[in-house]
Amino acid sequence: MATQEIALPGVRPSGVSLVDRLHGLVVTVDHKKLGLMYVGTAIGFLVVAGLMAVAIRLQLAIPNNTLLGPDVFNRFFTMHGTAMVFLVGMPIIAGLGNYLVPLMIGTRDMAFPRLNAFGYWMFLFGGLLLYFSYLGAPGLSGSGSAPDVGWFAYAPLTGRAFSRGHSTDYWILSLLLTSVGSTVSAINVIVTALTMRCRRMTLMRMPLFVWMMIVTNFMIILALPALSAAQIMLLIDRYLGGHFFDTQSGGSAVLWQHFFWIFGHPEVYILIIPAFACLSEIIPVFSRKPIFGYPVMVGATTMIAIISFSVWAHHMFAVGMTSMGNTFFAISTMLVSVPTGIKIFNWLGTMYGGKIRLELPMIFCLGFLFQFLVAGLTGIMLAVAPFDWQLTDSYFVVAHFHYTLVGGLLYGIFAGFYYWYPKALGRLLNRKLGLLHFWLFTIGFHLTFDTMHFSGLLGMPRRVYTYAPGRGWGLLNFITSVGALLQAVGILCLAINILRSSRKGEVAGDDPWDAWTLEWATTSPPPEYNFASAPVVRSRRPLWDLKHPEDPDWKYE
Amino acid sequence: MVLSMLTQSKHEENALNRAANSSRTPALRKRLRWLAPLSFAASVFVIAGHVTPAFANPAQVTNLLQPLSQPAQEIKELSMLVLAICAAIFLIVTGLLVYAIVRFRHRAGDEASEPPQIYGSNQIETAWTVLPILIVFVLILVTSRTIADIQNRKAAPGAVNATIVGHQWWWEIRYPELGIVTANELHVPASDVSRRQPTFLKLQSADVAHSFWVPQLAGKTDVIPGRENSMWFEPTQPGTYLGNCAEYCGMQHAQMLIRVIVQSPGEFERWVAEQKRAAEEEPSAQEGRRVFFANSCVNCHTIRGTSAQGAFGPDLTHLMSRETLASGATPNTPETLRAWVRDPQKLKVGCLMPNMQMSDTEVDQIVSYLQTLK
Amino acid sequence: MINEAFLQVAPEATEWKLPSSRKVAVVCLILTETGLFSIFVAGYVFYLGKSLTGPTPREVLDLPILSTICLLSSSVTITLAERAFNRDRIGRFKIFWLATIVLAAIFLASTAAEWRRLIYQKGLTISTNLFGTTFYSLVGLHASHVVVGMCLLLLVFIFSLRGYVNIMHRERLQMISWYWHFVDAVWIVVFTVVYVIGR
Repeated sequence: MATQEIALPGVRPSGVSLVDRLHGLVVTVDHKKLGLMYVGTAIGFLVVAGLMAVAIRLQLAIPNNTLLGPDVFNRFFTMHGTAMVFLVGMPIIAGLGNYLVPLMIGTRDMAFPRLNAFGYWMFLFGGLLLYFSYLGAPGLSGSGSAPDVGWFAYAPLTGRAFSRGHSTDYWILSLLLTSVGSTVSAINVIVTALTMRCRRMTLMRMPLFVWMMIVTNFMIILALPALSAAQIMLLIDRYLGGHFFDTQSGGSAVLWQHFFWIFGHPEVYILIIPAFACLSEIIPVFSRKPIFGYPVMVGATTMIAIISFSVWAHHMFAVGMTSMGNTFFAISTMLVSVPTGIKIFNWLGTMYGGKIRLELPMIFCLGFLFQFLVAGLTGIMLAVAPFDWQLTDSYFVVAHFHYTLVGGLLYGIFAGFYYWYPKALGRLLNRKLGLLHFWLFTIGFHLTFDTMHFSGLLGMPRRVYTYAPGRGWGLLNFITSVGALLQAVGILCLAINILRSSRKGEVAGDDPWDAWTLEWATTSPPPEYNFASAPVVRSRRPLWDLKHPEDPDWKYE
Repeated sequence: MVLSMLTQSKHEENALNRAANSSRTPALRKRLRWLAPLSFAASVFVIAGHVTPAFANPAQVTNLLQPLSQPAQEIKELSMLVLAICAAIFLIVTGLLVYAIVRFRHRAGDEASEPPQIYGSNQIETAWTVLPILIVFVLILVTSRTIADIQNRKAAPGAVNATIVGHQWWWEIRYPELGIVTANELHVPASDVSRRQPTFLKLQSADVAHSFWVPQLAGKTDVIPGRENSMWFEPTQPGTYLGNCAEYCGMQHAQMLIRVIVQSPGEFERWVAEQKRAAEEEPSAQEGRRVFFANSCVNCHTIRGTSAQGAFGPDLTHLMSRETLASGATPNTPETLRAWVRDPQKLKVGCLMPNMQMSDTEVDQIVSYLQTLK
Repeated sequence: MINEAFLQVAPEATEWKLPSSRKVAVVCLILTETGLFSIFVAGYVFYLGKSLTGPTPREVLDLPILSTICLLSSSVTITLAERAFNRDRIGRFKIFWLATIVLAAIFLASTAAEWRRLIYQKGLTISTNLFGTTFYSLVGLHASHVVVGMCLLLLVFIFSLRGYVNIMHRERLQMISWYWHFVDAVWIVVFTVVYVIGR
């Protein structure tokens, strides 16, 4: 009944030709379209930055390899890191938040639709500007190309004296642009969730996904300014002859590290909390039980956010802080493991006593749980400052944060992908291809990142473009590289699946997973106005109440 | 190369698959399907073992869990405790996870009913909040003790003091009390119970941030411009210990290796005496000497006892006493020395020593002069 | 869409009030701006007294009493303007609104004069020493926020002259005044750090 298109005045029916479709994308302010555009663009950058990682791994597969020179290699790992964090992680979060938050809280769009579009375009052009550095950065002096200072761009390597040409300027300016985009999109999600919820959806009746989106976006608006401020200072140094990070004039190289990690550590949680958000929706549905300990989950997420602002210097245990400083940051870092542990246990508690359906989204969640557990434990090892003096800046750290960001964030995103794809496109993703994706990617993941721990323990530093034979790193690196190729094939399966299923997939219906939150109450894909009339909820699981009128949730909450 | 490896492993996988297929019973085939990924992983390991026959030279393996000095040993002891705790947590939680998946799997015929809806439990949640706090408390205690232990060590009398200055991409090594300057290879005496001789390092940088890391001796300490850091170690066994610059410092970060050469106290003293000498003039190398001083080599390099007093590059007074060239990028042999002088950019692209565009004869002369700097 | 029909069961007439989107958004904006200023203030404090060469703050800085009074009193005038607007006294509103603009302009002018004196007479530029770098960055960041605020104030003033501003815009004006109060509050911090503690 309400599924038919309502012809709005002045709006022509869309999807006629390619130009019409493109026009539709360019002018849209619809949160769902923008959400999909965010995710689609992020996948594009994921492929580019992923191919760079493959090239990096080919170079390191054997000792003394000459496939990539040091200059190309250094640019590749800088661009890989920067793109994965700012052009893949952040926009996927923005995309999920954009698409799902209004649907989950039963409203028709974001609070500021035009600001939303602005945020997307800022991100897109920021990303393109970063990659344009390959063409534009030589500048008049003709030196340099893409940025080659590493994604955390430690001073004074970024100063005029050591980074000539404009590559570092591209790094600064493109990230400033995407930061503006991320900030407005974060404000938009917060405002939407806080001020546009449907009737009777109190804060404690919001789906956990929305809660965690609020938390993560709050962290964005509080943490990103630290990066932006530091980058503005660096620009002042580079263009106006300032001395913020100019060690020749008394500037401090360590100050950059502080500023960067004041942003950088919360950033890690900004990236991982959305994966928590996906899990907190998916695990209950496929375990057929409500989330175990909803208020504690909310509290734990908030605690993680708060603590994460006091742990930044654990990235800097080796810079020579006092023993007091090191002890403080070791303690605060270990404290993060408490709320994080609570979350893992609560997910386990949700599964316990349920009837676990091993559908694709759930399989990826299980992969997440296993890998995130390992990542958390290696995180504890790194929090032990003396151990960190050995491990930091070695491949062990590389393994650790890829375990969190690939084994954690990416698996959470994949789970979300398989879960909400039918909602966004109306068709289910193919199960066989999905399983192939899971197994190829998981085996590749473990070949790659398990071995990295050991090369780290054998003293292999990160960011080296080559290494001598005989140091015991050859075999491990070879396996690591094979794993990278397997992961690439896995991603290819996903890409084929996405494209194929969008036309040939099984039609999903409104509620293919028998789920409980509001987005499943509307059609798949949802109409432009989301809900024909504004819903009213009485509990955290409105569709459960609906399907089980004899035993509704609101009696217990 | 890598691709051929891949196809090779595919063969093995196929072979295994064929073995599985030959049973012909579809049910068994299905049951054996999980073998495919496993066998693939196994074959990767096997093949990779063949690719790197010289898998490792035991003398060059820098396993940080096989420390040969304080404080690396103390760090290892702490690490083993942490590893044990983490392993226990890992086993317990993974066990719970696997148990939950197996025990509570959806079974055929379950469709009709939903499981009991449980919303949480204050007791259980309190339990799994308190338990981690207790573990964290233990970890904090041992960690802070070790931090204080290592960081607050004071220089004892008899200690060797050295200053390390990080450069793009080599290490300058100074012994201020002994009046020695060398590069890339830090000589220290072995310490023993009767005569303890720890080494205390002051770390400075001439340009960007580096990090000094010799895994079997100590954890890493950053080398930061405008700041003086310090660290110490106390090796007991003579030998050569490898390390790397561990903070990305630009183009040739990978080729900024460290060698710590631990010698018996007697040998160390002989080495010191050798190094203290100024360079000797050997008449046989007059020509090379002339070429060296006629070129701009002297602007960057110091040769004590001559007018070459450059400070930008490594001190060459006793170049031939060093095992390696270009900060460990290559061993120090007459051939590599020649190649290095001829075109440093070929051996270590991007390094700050330029190609001086010298003729073959000039290169030969310079090399023969450098070879007199013993 | 059958589901949705169910969700409407008992559309009770209970109050369902949520905060205004605009207010939450401006609060968020102010939070993120606070983050930005905090880092610059931290940078300033960190580098206090660390310049390798002169001039030092003590040698060249004078207390900007006049501009501080102007900026702080502009917070008062904008509140008065808002109050007048809410009571529908548009004439009074225009006068106080204009007063706010004038006070802000005086503030900017005296900052300009201060900078001119520092650059041409005292020889302190952004590249002179750490003090110059941090001083111009922090004070300049604040001044740029005053400029943005001035633009907003001017727009509203010009629109109000043409009668475009009416009671519908009440909350929007309130948002501008919140932003303005924030800029003033930042000045109190900057003043304390740069001119009181830092001198």
